[in-house]
Amino acid sequence: MAVLNEEQEMLRDMARDWTTNESPVSAFRKMRDSKPDERYLADTWSAMAAMGWAGIVIPETYGGSDFGWMSAGLVVEELGKTLAASPLTMTTLAASAIVLGGSDEQKAKWLPALASGEKVATLAIDEGPHHAPHKIAASVSDGKLTGTKAFVHEAHGADLFVVAASDGLYLVEKGDGVSLSGRALTDQRSHANITFDGAAADKLANGGDDLLDQILDRARILTACEMLGMAQQVFDVTLDYLKQRVQFNQVLATFQALQHRMADLFADLAQMRSAVEAGLEALDSGHGIGRAAAIAKATANDVLHTVSREGIQLHGGIGMTDEYDIGFYLKRARVLEASWGSSSQMRDRFATLSGF
Amino acid sequence: MATLADAPAAGTDDAFREEVRAFLAENFAPELKGNNNALSAVEGPGTETPAQKKWREAMGERGWGTPTWPKEYGGGGLSRAQAKILTEEMMKAGAWNPIGGMGVMMFGPTLLEYGSEAQKHEHIPPICRGEVRWCQGYSEPNAGSDLANLQTFAEDKGDHYLVNGQKTWTSGGQWADKCFCLVRTDRSDKHRGISFLLIDMDAPGVEVRPIQMISGVSPFCETFFTDVKVPKENLVGEEGQGWTIGKRLLQHERTNISGGGSMARMMGPSVSDIARMYGETDAEGRIADPVLRDRIADYEIRWNTFLLTARRAAEESKASGGVSEISSVLKKLGTKLGQERAELTIEIMGLQGLGWEGEGFTEKELEGVRGWLFGKAFTIYGGSTEIQNNIIAKRVLGMLDHQ
Repeated sequence: MAVLNEEQEMLRDMARDWTTNESPVSAFRKMRDSKPDERYLADTWSAMAAMGWAGIVIPETYGGSDFGWMSAGLVVEELGKTLAASPLTMTTLAASAIVLGGSDEQKAKWLPALASGEKVATLAIDEGPHHAPHKIAASVSDGKLTGTKAFVHEAHGADLFVVAASDGLYLVEKGDGVSLSGRALTDQRSHANITFDGAAADKLANGGDDLLDQILDRARILTACEMLGMAQQVFDVTLDYLKQRVQFNQVLATFQALQHRMADLFADLAQMRSAVEAGLEALDSGHGIGRAAAIAKATANDVLHTVSREGIQLHGGIGMTDEYDIGFYLKRARVLEASWGSSSQMRDRFATLSGF
Repeated sequence: MATLADAPAAGTDDAFREEVRAFLAENFAPELKGNNNALSAVEGPGTETPAQKKWREAMGERGWGTPTWPKEYGGGGLSRAQAKILTEEMMKAGAWNPIGGMGVMMFGPTLLEYGSEAQKHEHIPPICRGEVRWCQGYSEPNAGSDLANLQTFAEDKGDHYLVNGQKTWTSGGQWADKCFCLVRTDRSDKHRGISFLLIDMDAPGVEVRPIQMISGVSPFCETFFTDVKVPKENLVGEEGQGWTIGKRLLQHERTNISGGGSMARMMGPSVSDIARMYGETDAEGRIADPVLRDRIADYEIRWNTFLLTARRAAEESKASGGVSEISSVLKKLGTKLGQERAELTIEIMGLQGLGWEGEGFTEKELEGVRGWLFGKAFTIYGGSTEIQNNIIAKRVLGMLDHQ
């Protein structure tokens, strides 16, 4: 755990208390079973918005708190622990695209509404099942966007899409020319393919040529925060289970074969936390973001992959049941691993940025 | 908080910085740059050139080789901030610390904590001046990972102990002046029967035999004690307190193995640099073999992350004021990464990376091979990886035998 300032500690404790008391995994289970249109519970989102979480990376002039990425990451990590379903991550990322690339007019129009949680936004980048941000077919002519985006996160509740077209990023509002076709993935969260058929598109013109990469790096790091919370929780729950479960008249925690596997996972988790926190620090300092994001996402992918598999195995048969929460983490883990960059893509990017 | 590409923040004590610069200009001869004999001086045969000797004496006189140790025992008495300035300026000048070895890294800090005033005044100043080489008498043929099973016995003879037994893996034993030793003073209690004793290596009855290792060198020895008389004042702490003191010393050893010593020695060109030197690259300077490139990226990501973890642990223990429980994690991760690096380097270099001696190989290549073989010890000494896993599981995770 990074050495935090007072404001960050407060925010983390607040998020921890809130998820524990108001949004435990049972809330996610309830959402899954009731399937609300937005694929998150409306009161969950309004509570988050009331606590100001939607505006953490938005400047104060536009109604945000501008607490920075470390703060945003701490909150997202806590949400990951209980699988709290919300559009917070995606709205934060879409808002950061407007902060970085928007005109004054675009900022004034959208940021206050996003900061207050009144509007929900998301990113629509990839066009197939694999992350491929540099193969974009969607195009804009005369301010009209045409193309299809695949597996868009938090699409169901979104009022605004930040869309990658062949010549840059655009803001597209829900409405005419925008149609949505849900894709139920294993994590039971909101995903949809979206067809844009001549939808009105407003370019984010101020971000420079690498605006898309900048946004993706933020997506990688913030997603890694959620993954860190998930991995930590799987580890903690599994450790508790091993300390309770008795076989051969012994608690499982006393078996050395299991102790050493947990020691391995503990070391992996230490590495994951370092990589993720370094990513957040890079975003706040503005230095070395690309490499830090590649390190954070590659490490988060690999560690969560292992921890989520081991979590099931170490639980044994009970871990295979829907009644137990542990399987939810596995199913969300793979979705996040495939989003915004697989491990091999991140290693390729790391190597390129490192000059080899 | 650390970031990836952070330069160390400049210290604020300008006057002290000036003092350090003047000192370095006067005492660190340019010819010494890259001519670091510190390791051999403190753990090896101890040959030094006149310039190296002058440098060691200058640093020793100031106590700057042990910058934060108390001045009254010969340390530098510097604050953490000043010590950081000293390190920064030494790095800028390409200067190395000539004061080191087990006395500095393990025994000194432990004696400062547990030793009597008389012991501290006797033993710490020569360590600070780099004049005495210490070795570690811990392991025995039947006490490796099960260290507390040690049997070397110190019999109470009134004014002295009479020591009989055998130690092994005594690093640098053939060159050492003194040995800090775990001995048994009571056979009836495994842990509380252990005491911490200081033994002169030239005392009658001490015999040292070097052990040749797979790397071809003999950095470790067997040490035999036959009726060795050791004065009572060489007992550190109380009789029976040796296990507590000895474990404390091991914490210093672990931190050092993972963070400093062996790791620092491996720092050279990165694996990706070696791959570009020895292997094919494409038109854009990328490693041509995509599989190897991926594996090297994987390695470098984990290595970078390990450095972050080590820094994070240091910051957190500084903030909390305690010894980080993560020292076992660092030891386990750092040593494994060190070995992986050597294996990956050999794979990159092909048979050119497996030269044993003689023609056709550069000195660096031969050193690399010996280092790869010696590096197999990283995960065995200082508490093997398996022992670190036990420590993590039991002490950190609370996976206890009886609950």
